[in-house]
Amino acid sequence: MKTWDAIVIGGGHNGLVNACYLQRAGLNVLVVEKNEWVGGAAVSRSLTPGFLYSNCSYVCSLFRPETMRDLELPRHGLQVIAYEGGAVLTRDGDYLANYRDHDAHRREFARFSKRDAEAYDRYARDVTRQCRFIQPLLMRTAPDPTSLKPRDVGELLFLARKFHDLGPSQMAETLRFWTMSISEFLDEYFETDVIKANFSISGIIGTALGPMSPGTAYVLLHHYMGEVDGSVGAWGYARGGMGAITKALSSSFQASGGTIRTGAEVDKVLVSNGKATGIVLANGEEIAGRLVISNADVKRTFLKLVEEKELPDVFLRRVRNFKIRGSSGKVNIALDSLPEFPALPKDSPCYRGDLHFTDSVERMERAYDDWKAGRWSADPFLDMMIPTTLDPTMTPPGKHFMSCFVQYCPPKVEGRDWTDADRDAFAETVISQIADYSPGFRDRIVHMEVRTPRELEAEVGLTEGNIFQGELTFDQLLFNRPVPGYAQYRSPIGGLYICGSSTHPGGGVMGAPGRNAAAEILRDLSKSNTQMSPAHDVI
Amino acid sequence: MGKTAKKTSSPYAGRIAARSHFRTLRLDTPFQPRIDALMKQNDWYSWAGYRAPASLWDEELEYFAIRSTAALFDISPMVKYLIQGPDSEAYLDRVTLRDVTRLRPGRVQYTAWCDDEGHVLDDGTLFRLTEDAFRLCCQERHLPWLLDSAIGYDVSIVEETEEIAGLALQGPTSFAVLREADFDGVEHLKVFDLAGFEHQGGTVTISRTGFTGDLGYELFVPANLALSLWDRLMEAGQARGIRAIGYTALNRARLEAGLIVANADFSTAEHALRPDRVRMPDEIGLGFMVDAKKGHFNGRRAIMAARDGKKLRHVLVGIEIEGNIPAEHAIVYHGKKKEVGLVSAAGWSPLAKRNIAIASLVRPYGHTVNDDLWVEIYAMRELKYERLMKRARIVPRPFIKLDRRTANPPADF
Repeated sequence: MKTWDAIVIGGGHNGLVNACYLQRAGLNVLVVEKNEWVGGAAVSRSLTPGFLYSNCSYVCSLFRPETMRDLELPRHGLQVIAYEGGAVLTRDGDYLANYRDHDAHRREFARFSKRDAEAYDRYARDVTRQCRFIQPLLMRTAPDPTSLKPRDVGELLFLARKFHDLGPSQMAETLRFWTMSISEFLDEYFETDVIKANFSISGIIGTALGPMSPGTAYVLLHHYMGEVDGSVGAWGYARGGMGAITKALSSSFQASGGTIRTGAEVDKVLVSNGKATGIVLANGEEIAGRLVISNADVKRTFLKLVEEKELPDVFLRRVRNFKIRGSSGKVNIALDSLPEFPALPKDSPCYRGDLHFTDSVERMERAYDDWKAGRWSADPFLDMMIPTTLDPTMTPPGKHFMSCFVQYCPPKVEGRDWTDADRDAFAETVISQIADYSPGFRDRIVHMEVRTPRELEAEVGLTEGNIFQGELTFDQLLFNRPVPGYAQYRSPIGGLYICGSSTHPGGGVMGAPGRNAAAEILRDLSKSNTQMSPAHDVI
Repeated sequence: MGKTAKKTSSPYAGRIAARSHFRTLRLDTPFQPRIDALMKQNDWYSWAGYRAPASLWDEELEYFAIRSTAALFDISPMVKYLIQGPDSEAYLDRVTLRDVTRLRPGRVQYTAWCDDEGHVLDDGTLFRLTEDAFRLCCQERHLPWLLDSAIGYDVSIVEETEEIAGLALQGPTSFAVLREADFDGVEHLKVFDLAGFEHQGGTVTISRTGFTGDLGYELFVPANLALSLWDRLMEAGQARGIRAIGYTALNRARLEAGLIVANADFSTAEHALRPDRVRMPDEIGLGFMVDAKKGHFNGRRAIMAARDGKKLRHVLVGIEIEGNIPAEHAIVYHGKKKEVGLVSAAGWSPLAKRNIAIASLVRPYGHTVNDDLWVEIYAMRELKYERLMKRARIVPRPFIKLDRRTANPPADF
């Protein structure tokens, strides 16, 4: 029987990034993926003829340019196009737009409040300062604060120095920022509800927290620290949908000699004498590997793929208690024609960006209240976009694809499992909200894919459908992600590593966990790692 | 839930009417039709979101208009705040560094204001229009800061950048131009005086101020009177060599006058991303503004603590560099080896016939250690850097001192 140098469980973007780096470092790597296609939650599938969906993740900003370069992703077809703006449509028939142009942005805010218009620079300065602090940490393994190894001590000193460089007032601000709610944070800058709603969006996307929950200010940062080709904070569409990212990754992987097996669901990780020796597929087939790397989330990896008896008690308890809560759904819609929003002028660049209807923080918090009660929001928050306004390759000419990220959506409906009828009612809630602002919207619908946490977990394998493979709260970040003592991509089992978004620095289609895990694995193997270019400078 | 989009109703009419701004990213100033007619270079830049001329016809001739005749420069993009109310004096005394109780109605102060840590938010000019009304003009936007600072004061603060048009009329014949334009009584204006004058049924506020170190005036009018004011000045200035100018020429003149520009010669506190880039007044040559005798003002405690504890790290100085090659953004060295600062503005001064610059140095250099300073100039010449190490000498600012700027009555050239 062939023994692979490394087996990567799961062909999501982090699994593929990890596999690419290991293969390029000279290992013989196999990626096993349960679906008939790779991509995980960064996937473009055609479910109705002529239309391509970004089925799960739908925008790109966080994916690290260092990785794109190392793995030659542009040569393998990846191109990300920055989008042009965005808007919150308001209930009074107006909208608040975000424009890329700094002065237009200010004038737009001034329509609502001259004060808030002039507060934006200070807000942007403070958030940018936080981003500049966190960015260099993304591409580094988090130090173990209990370790006395020179590398951990060095990394801790690096962290301490970065922190100290902030200066006394910013140090205090940073601690507040990492722990406070997005609503409280925004109150310090803005007075207008719709402007606060506009910014609080980034604080709640993907989390099972409301805008008034502590810790959501950090989530905002997580959405701000990306870039499109050096334009920091910008978001964009991958040409051909988010699947273009994993398509380029798998093409790069295979071009460097890697092997992918789709339709291969993993049942168990084989462990012998406390060391991983391979995997067993659902069909019983055993595959031997010197290393096993799991792209699955930390719960799936350690509670489903590994025998509990192989794991230490405290570790198990912490994994069980790791917060990974389903909070969102997704509705993908094929449209016969471009929807109209009467409030939004036809020549507005906002059509080529993200659109929202939640025009107050209060309304967003109420939507969260429904989730706490175990229901999907009656008045949900939508993060809606029409990527085909910038990328005509996803549909026939003149037709459009609309992606609706929907929050909040519970993992169980009032304690019971989702039914098909629930799913359809959930979709109807979404469509009726859109139709309120876009007359004739229903008539344009050609096809729809509706995904509640049930579908996301079943297909993609994300526990509860949580898009970040675990909440991005301070207790689950840095050296505590996923659990204390195991933040460096290793596990209690020798040769078993984790490389998904459950690990530092967390979710979003960033690829940093996969890359950092590869660096640790190569370090353990004492292999040189010349394929990995250093993280970009933040000066 | 009431989430249905309703028909546009009156409370929002103004805000909805303003939506179309996204179709014009750079605004026109009220003077734009006149400037467009004179613009032969199509050399525009964005000044705070406005389409502003870098030069119109010939930047050399525009510079010499400032120094030998009269130059007309559109300052409408300057950010302007109208501060009114019974407490406005006390309020501004609290916000700004200088003693506002000593600023009489009809006078102007060049001033600056700081955050609580004593870091400069901006510098600008404060016009006392009446006992209870002031206009603050500056480069950056500060409405939240000004409003937050007003808590407890009986004042109103209104941002009026778009409503008020502004012109700088600068140069030796500028007074003559105003007199020709029949602004009777303008001869009484001393430096930093202001007064209101009749124009087309409205009022133009004329102050004897400017950014050139020359004889000059600044004029503010409601936007609807802008074009007729421009025409009135241009007509009166025909025989006095009046010429519209762009920023390139003005920038040379302001360097000769030794004046600093926010976010060019120093970083304002609300824009500095890097913690070591902020500056206290004493670190950018504005220490003279700090009035230690007056009561509390924003930043006072931090500024005084830094002075007492010798915590001031930087100093902004004027330097004269041997030779003639401009030293823009050159590194300053002590003993040709130790890096001690950076040049933020530099150029050949046609009036002083010297190679001058403004530089920020790390103390004690430029403060107590002033000898053996050098600048390293990288002059790109036909795709090769000519590297020059030139001696630099600290000299007082302004680099030029013109008697005509302050002469009373102003000379009629």
